[in-house]
Amino acid sequence: MHRALTLTRRRIVSSIPVLLIVIVGTFLLLEAAPGDAVDAYLLSLGGGDAGLVAELRQSYGLDQSLLKRLTLYVGALLRFDLGWSVTFDRPVLDLIAERLPNTLWLMGAATALAFSLGSFLGIVAGARPGSLTDRALSTGSLALYAVPSFWLGLVLVLVFAVDLRWFPTAGIETIASGKTGLARVADIAWHLVLPVSALGFIYLALFLRMMRTGMTEAWRQDFVLFARAKGLARRRIVLRHVARNALLPLVTMLGLQAAAMLGGSVVVESVFAIPGFGRLAHEAVSGRDAPLLTGIIIVSAMLVIVVNLLVDIAYAALDPRVGSGEAAS
Amino acid sequence: MSAPLAEIRGLSVSYLRDDARSFALRDVDLDIAKGRRLAVIGESGSGKSTLALALAGLLPPQARIEGSIGWPGLAKPPVAGRDIGMVFQDPGGSLNPVLTIGEQVAEGAVRHLGLDWRAARSHALTLLERVRIPDPQAALRAYPHQFSGGQRQRIGIAAAIAARPGLLIADEPTSALDMVVQAEIVALLDELVREAGMTLVFITHDIALASGFADDIAVFQRAQLVEKGAAQAVLAQPAHACTKRLLAAQIDFSTPRLIDGVADV
Repeated sequence: MHRALTLTRRRIVSSIPVLLIVIVGTFLLLEAAPGDAVDAYLLSLGGGDAGLVAELRQSYGLDQSLLKRLTLYVGALLRFDLGWSVTFDRPVLDLIAERLPNTLWLMGAATALAFSLGSFLGIVAGARPGSLTDRALSTGSLALYAVPSFWLGLVLVLVFAVDLRWFPTAGIETIASGKTGLARVADIAWHLVLPVSALGFIYLALFLRMMRTGMTEAWRQDFVLFARAKGLARRRIVLRHVARNALLPLVTMLGLQAAAMLGGSVVVESVFAIPGFGRLAHEAVSGRDAPLLTGIIIVSAMLVIVVNLLVDIAYAALDPRVGSGEAAS
Repeated sequence: MSAPLAEIRGLSVSYLRDDARSFALRDVDLDIAKGRRLAVIGESGSGKSTLALALAGLLPPQARIEGSIGWPGLAKPPVAGRDIGMVFQDPGGSLNPVLTIGEQVAEGAVRHLGLDWRAARSHALTLLERVRIPDPQAALRAYPHQFSGGQRQRIGIAAAIAARPGLLIADEPTSALDMVVQAEIVALLDELVREAGMTLVFITHDIALASGFADDIAVFQRAQLVEKGAAQAVLAQPAHACTKRLLAAQIDFSTPRLIDGVADV
């Protein structure tokens, strides 16, 4: 427990400069991109005179110097104010609070599916490397991994939503159903089955292959030979000695995948018309909505930092050599 | 003399490599006498470790085995762990880095002695005391990286004898350790074998180390058994050139320098 606390403290301290770099970097990058919210607005209007442009720029504060705007923005951030979305004409924080949970459910469920089923099948394959089961699972997972998630999503929709009508084709819940409590949760879960499968099955293949490779390596370790020399049950050797050690790189992978999945969710949210975080980012880009986009990037960065902190704590719990102050040999 | 514990007859172990068979052991005949200490001596690659794996039934599936190993000293064919304990060369690698010492010492007892985990852990505590691990109570909850090489080897020995096997095979148990620790491990093995009346097969390349406490000696060279007999007889009158060379290769203070031209420091 003490190790987890030390780790948390160290991670939080080191994440402050990371966040600062993300904030300033995003701000400058958006500044360097041609066009601003006023351009995008005028484009939607079909044009406007120079007076209107100047007036709009002034009201948004876009006429101020770069440094002044950056200072204002960071100052507001410290008060947990992410600014005002130009396209939605609403506070950025409200928008994010509305959209983020949908994506978190999607990502959380997809990660849980990918990790649990992936590592389970990886253990099945890695229990006997080179066996028929292993080869079938390895080939199957490779095929799955090669499939793009939008294609898998569309196929799932065609088969399970259009033909079989088991699941809804799109959306996060039944619109205006008036459902509350458990019924609403069930409704959302029912809507999430296909998108979670589309996103999760791709990553499942990754975890499966990683588990299998890790186990193949672990079988060659001396302690596995020693476990066999102790005459232990095969099940115990596979689970406690081989799989237990192969699990460690998977946990590291879990942290890396969180970031990739956040990006991958844009595609799946578009296919399944889920009002999520990824789609919000897409909308912010097309509306040249700098405050919204910056807010989304900052929240994503924080999300990735938090997930990686959790992963580090999990890793420290799984590997006694981490953070014990002694070099692992 | 009573029936030997194990009778090895015409044992050959070979692997197929590039369509050619390469022998790790070739036509070995050897008896392992019950309650005695057999030192198996040979250079690297002489097949002595293969003999250990063959005795414990741990050869990889691609190994081709000919000949037989009979166990007249046992009522039933031996089971690894229950009847044969193994101690390996690298004490760092033979313990699982992510499991507690307690679990790794106790698991053999759970498997073979029918103990539950609580009883097995207290059995493990006794074993850790016997191999003289400092603060055995704390050691149960500790992990391998918290111990020195010599301590890890003691833990490995404790785990190997957890199910009270009648035969202990130690495969180069001291080669990865320094001289002082080597002597301690050999003394510990000697003591444990004596107390429990175990048969010991001690595999080493170090004839001096073996000569100290072995009853019998078997010398291997290039996959073949070249000399066997009572330790004193073999050491006093080595019949085979290989044994003579191994005896001559002992390094002591009268040994000429291995590297010439190095000034005294």
